[in-house]
Amino acid sequence: MRKLSYEQAASEALMEEFRRDEKTIHLSTDIPLDLRQEFGEARIRQTPISESSFVGAAIGLAGSGFRPVVNVRMATFGFVAMDQFVNQAAKITYMFGGQARFPIVYRMTVGASKSFAAQHSISPYSMYMNVPGLKIILPATPYDMKGLLKTAIRDNNPVISFEHMALDVMEGEVPEGEYTIPFGQAVIRKEGNDVTVVALAKMVHETLAVAEEMEKEGISLEIIDPRTLNPFDRETVKASVVKTGRLIVVDEACITCGVAAEITALVVEDDRIFKCLKSSPKRVCGLDVPIPYSPPMEKYALPDRENIKAAVREVMM
Amino acid sequence: MTISEKKLVDMYQIMLTIRRFEERMVIDYHSGAIPGIVHSYIGQEAVATGVCTNLRLDDCIISNHRGHGHCIAKGADLNRMMAEIYGRKTGYCKGKGGSMHIADFGIGMLGANGIVAAGLPIAAGAAVAAQLEGGDRVVVLFFGDGATNEGEFHEVMNLASIWKLPLIFACENNLYSVNTPVKYATGLQHVSERATGGYSIPSFVVDGNDVVDVYETTEKAVAGVRAGEGPVFLEFMTYRWRGHFEAPGMPDLRPVEEIEAWKKKCPLLRFEGVLLEEGIVTKRTLEEINARVMQRIEDAVGYALASPLPAPEDALEDVFSS
Repeated sequence: MRKLSYEQAASEALMEEFRRDEKTIHLSTDIPLDLRQEFGEARIRQTPISESSFVGAAIGLAGSGFRPVVNVRMATFGFVAMDQFVNQAAKITYMFGGQARFPIVYRMTVGASKSFAAQHSISPYSMYMNVPGLKIILPATPYDMKGLLKTAIRDNNPVISFEHMALDVMEGEVPEGEYTIPFGQAVIRKEGNDVTVVALAKMVHETLAVAEEMEKEGISLEIIDPRTLNPFDRETVKASVVKTGRLIVVDEACITCGVAAEITALVVEDDRIFKCLKSSPKRVCGLDVPIPYSPPMEKYALPDRENIKAAVREVMM
Repeated sequence: MTISEKKLVDMYQIMLTIRRFEERMVIDYHSGAIPGIVHSYIGQEAVATGVCTNLRLDDCIISNHRGHGHCIAKGADLNRMMAEIYGRKTGYCKGKGGSMHIADFGIGMLGANGIVAAGLPIAAGAAVAAQLEGGDRVVVLFFGDGATNEGEFHEVMNLASIWKLPLIFACENNLYSVNTPVKYATGLQHVSERATGGYSIPSFVVDGNDVVDVYETTEKAVAGVRAGEGPVFLEFMTYRWRGHFEAPGMPDLRPVEEIEAWKKKCPLLRFEGVLLEEGIVTKRTLEEINARVMQRIEDAVGYALASPLPAPEDALEDVFSS
């Protein structure tokens, strides 16, 4: 099968969907040249650096029958427009009693590892997950990027696509031809019997690498990539924990009030599953510090393979 | 005056409807029949009326926390408005929005917004939509002087200017953001100076208590915007008679003499005077209109009271669209 990078897969998704639906419109400070060439200035619109106004303008466009895709670039810039995300995009369908639809895709890069320092490195998806009314996707492979982004563009609600900065050049198999990936369906990246590991974004790949090493120690990991955080596929995670009796969640966002805490709670508060547990669940997450600049400190602040291995050994004790 | 007699009488009826609607709402709020908080539009009726009378059904407006007047002037259904304010299932938003979030997308009322200036970017998006469609629809954005100190105000003025959006900025300068005087908060005589000086958007200062002036200035503005000339900024000088919102015990810090002086400039009485003087209506006609309006308000309250409250679990619906 042909291979595309994460970024190329995103471009292909946009190109296909913009051809498919003439109501799509793109807003961003940096214009995607391929889209601009084919669809022109009016639809592929360059914006000033005015996050609040272009995040909000997408709402007005959507409420008027268009299907905007907004590239906010880094998730840290998204905070500038927080009122438009939280008070407007997330609530407007509900507040108005469902009388209008707001199909919008907001794309933002998340993560760290490139020495971009604190104001250009963050993984804030749990903040958005705490706001009802926003769908959230978190593609970890080029295949998922294309399929999830296409579904997001066709969805009739505001969808935030969190895309990891370190995966942009990662290549993976992407079939020719049409496909989409439904929201709320986790994928089991690797089947196993001893420990369920739910891993997010870039950590999916780190955990897969760890799994090979653990096999040599005779420990078999089952690795689940939720792919979408809202809706979240509880059933796949629960079924896996019933089988393994052990749960680890790996996420590079800082640990406090993170998605890892939410996933752990979802599993543990289910009495049926609680009784199956052979050890207490573990979170392997980033430290509670702003992401530092200098490489040794940045590396220390983020979870790595050693942290994952340590957690696996701990739950196996 | 080139406005037809019929249109003048229609405008009078709209202004009176807004006034009577708000008077009733205030009474019902203080009696405890209406939950939450409400912001009265009394005193500013000429602005919504004179602006919206220039609009077609397919033109859009975006409103703010003080939005009932804008809704009524754009043609919203009084029953569904009142039912929403009463928190009933039959309200415009099924009781999920209340006074501050009434919307009727079917008539181009794209929603009232409870966050100061937050409706501006949304209106800009609606204007981009109108521009992309290629017709001559316009979008009108209602906001107060208080919104002109928010960052989004400046961002959207810039966007409207560089993209030549079919957008009319309808600023209701009622001299105060809550209790803060506009002169203190902006350092300006007129906030429209920002539009022209900062963003090359033509601006006009209008007597917002003179519905004829509001209508005629907006008429010219709408014609220009429909012709593709880009955004216009209209600053309507007006005054709200009541406090920022209906809050028992919250002091209104504005000078009493100032409030009384503005009440003497009542837009409704002033317009009545014009209509009588020009021989367009008789006192008797005005009385008949008042009786009809009062009946409609009574009917709206009756509709609200006869409507069921939402079931508690209705709270789970409409988080997402299908």
